Amino acid sequence: MTKFNDDQLKEFNRLVARYPQGKQKSALLPVLHLAQDSFGGWLSAATMDYVAELLQIKPIEVYEVATFYSMYNLKPVGKYVFEVCQTGPCMLRGSDNIIDYIKEKLGIDIGQTTTDGLFTLKTVECLGACGYAPMMQMGKTYREHLTKEKVDHIIEECRKNAAANN
Amino acid sequence: MNKKLLLEKAHVEGIRHYDVYRREGGYRSVEKALKTMGPEAIVEEVKKSGLRGRGGAGFPAGMKWSFIAKPEGVPRHLVCNADESEPGTFKDRYLMEFIPHLLIEGLIVSSFALGSNDTYIYIRGEYAWIVDILEQAIEEAKANGWLGKNILGTGFDCNIHVQRGAGAYICGEETALIESLEGKRGNPRLKPPFPAVKGLWERPTVVNNVETLAAVVPIINMGGEEYAKIGVGRSTGTKLISACGNINKPGVYEIDMTISVEEFIYSDEYCGGIANGKKLKACIPGGSSVPILPANLLLKTAKGETRYMNYESLSDGGFATGSMMGSGGFIVLDEDQCVVKNTLTLARFYRHESCGQCSPCREGTGWMEKILQNIEYGKGKLSDIDLLWDIQRRIEGNTICPLGDAAAWPVAAAIRHFRDEFEWHVKNPEEAQKRNFGLAHYADPIHVPA
Repeated sequence: MTKFNDDQLKEFNRLVARYPQGKQKSALLPVLHLAQDSFGGWLSAATMDYVAELLQIKPIEVYEVATFYSMYNLKPVGKYVFEVCQTGPCMLRGSDNIIDYIKEKLGIDIGQTTTDGLFTLKTVECLGACGYAPMMQMGKTYREHLTKEKVDHIIEECRKNAAANN
Repeated sequence: MNKKLLLEKAHVEGIRHYDVYRREGGYRSVEKALKTMGPEAIVEEVKKSGLRGRGGAGFPAGMKWSFIAKPEGVPRHLVCNADESEPGTFKDRYLMEFIPHLLIEGLIVSSFALGSNDTYIYIRGEYAWIVDILEQAIEEAKANGWLGKNILGTGFDCNIHVQRGAGAYICGEETALIESLEGKRGNPRLKPPFPAVKGLWERPTVVNNVETLAAVVPIINMGGEEYAKIGVGRSTGTKLISACGNINKPGVYEIDMTISVEEFIYSDEYCGGIANGKKLKACIPGGSSVPILPANLLLKTAKGETRYMNYESLSDGGFATGSMMGSGGFIVLDEDQCVVKNTLTLARFYRHESCGQCSPCREGTGWMEKILQNIEYGKGKLSDIDLLWDIQRRIEGNTICPLGDAAAWPVAAAIRHFRDEFEWHVKNPEEAQKRNFGLAHYADPIHVPA
């Protein structure tokens, strides 16, 4: 059974305390981020039910939000998720080539995860980094001014980190 | 000489931290506003400044503030819209990342003016690291007595909370933002009631853009009248422009709205010209929603006059021959770019971001994307171009929120000004897979009727 540990519960309480009494549902988006980060990078039905219970709202209120916002993963993802922007300003600076290169390099298509579970490739719409295009999001950070060499370097770095953590 | 009001200190070393920011004159506007001015006087000063909403709509900020209802015993809220998601726009990110205390300072003064004791910053979920920067600035401000209880002994209490979104362009629309802040899907609300009467938790609420609220700081420091002297006409003060696309120096620039579009693109102080020695083909001057203009109509109006980087001049000629200032997201296309492809990526964006509430937008955005895809990949028909025109016309004005218009306008403008490029794609499907239409006549001097 998935449950927040003490630190996570402390953060949960901090998030809820920002809203008036009885308006704890307002904390739903940040709490779902916390849950996703805490439970393997995605939101299972069990996780969503747990969040509903904690916030004292109906499970459907959690499901409808989790399915609306693009940052919540509703199925398992790799350890590293590459979210490459493909909207106009990034396209003008060659994001198509970057996406093709990552596909080729990792041997996966958009939306897929490598068999070793390390990488997931997603395309996303404008992330507000248009001046630093092409770009992708990786967890909490942006990787900008992407080139093929830079992509090689990032993949290498991820593989090293993963090996070091095993 | 261009005057900087917001970013002047953005690159002072350590300005992200309270001590440096304070040493550089930070938080003076809070002292002045809370100690020597009342809430009404602050609203008056913002009205006098002529400040217009910097999120895209350009509505006078002081006027918006004066609409807030003040029913007895009901808390009011200020909400800062940091959900910057309009393609081409990354100015608020820059401001929050480099000089976060400026926003916090503006928020304190504005919260005092509006009577908001709990103020929320709603920031797009992807700007995750900026949440940390803002929360640190808030902690520092609190530790130094600018936030919390009884600020400067005035009896005014204020806390600022940062709420992360989770990836939804629609939440930049103020009522969708409020829904999201309440923990719901970002479905825009029908207006009226306006947020100023019934907003967050049905309480009177004002939602303002990051840049708008930061601009309150220089307005209070210098006075509304002095602020209004900067710029031209109803384009007062300074504006942040985020420039991107095929230029030499993409980035965020603060301009005083008196410079020409030509100077902005070619001067080394700003975009530094078109990248790789190419020629300018087209530009979307105010974020992806505003009409795209070919080079000739961008640099000069249809009357043959110089076009300037301000609200009035950019919209000169209406949608027939002009565009809009919008959010200040300035997207430049060089001669090698394909307008059909560019329009396709934007149509995909709006289809992805439509909340699905109104059928013209939900169905229309997907339909437009499909047709554009056919044209781009050699399967289009000439009648598709008229069909696209028809669909966008039926979306515009027929939805609860402006996302419908925002989806319709880029398609309409692309067809209006680049129809021959669309036709070329349809008539030459194989060739169009190998090369682009190119610059064609889009930079030729326009014929000015005598």
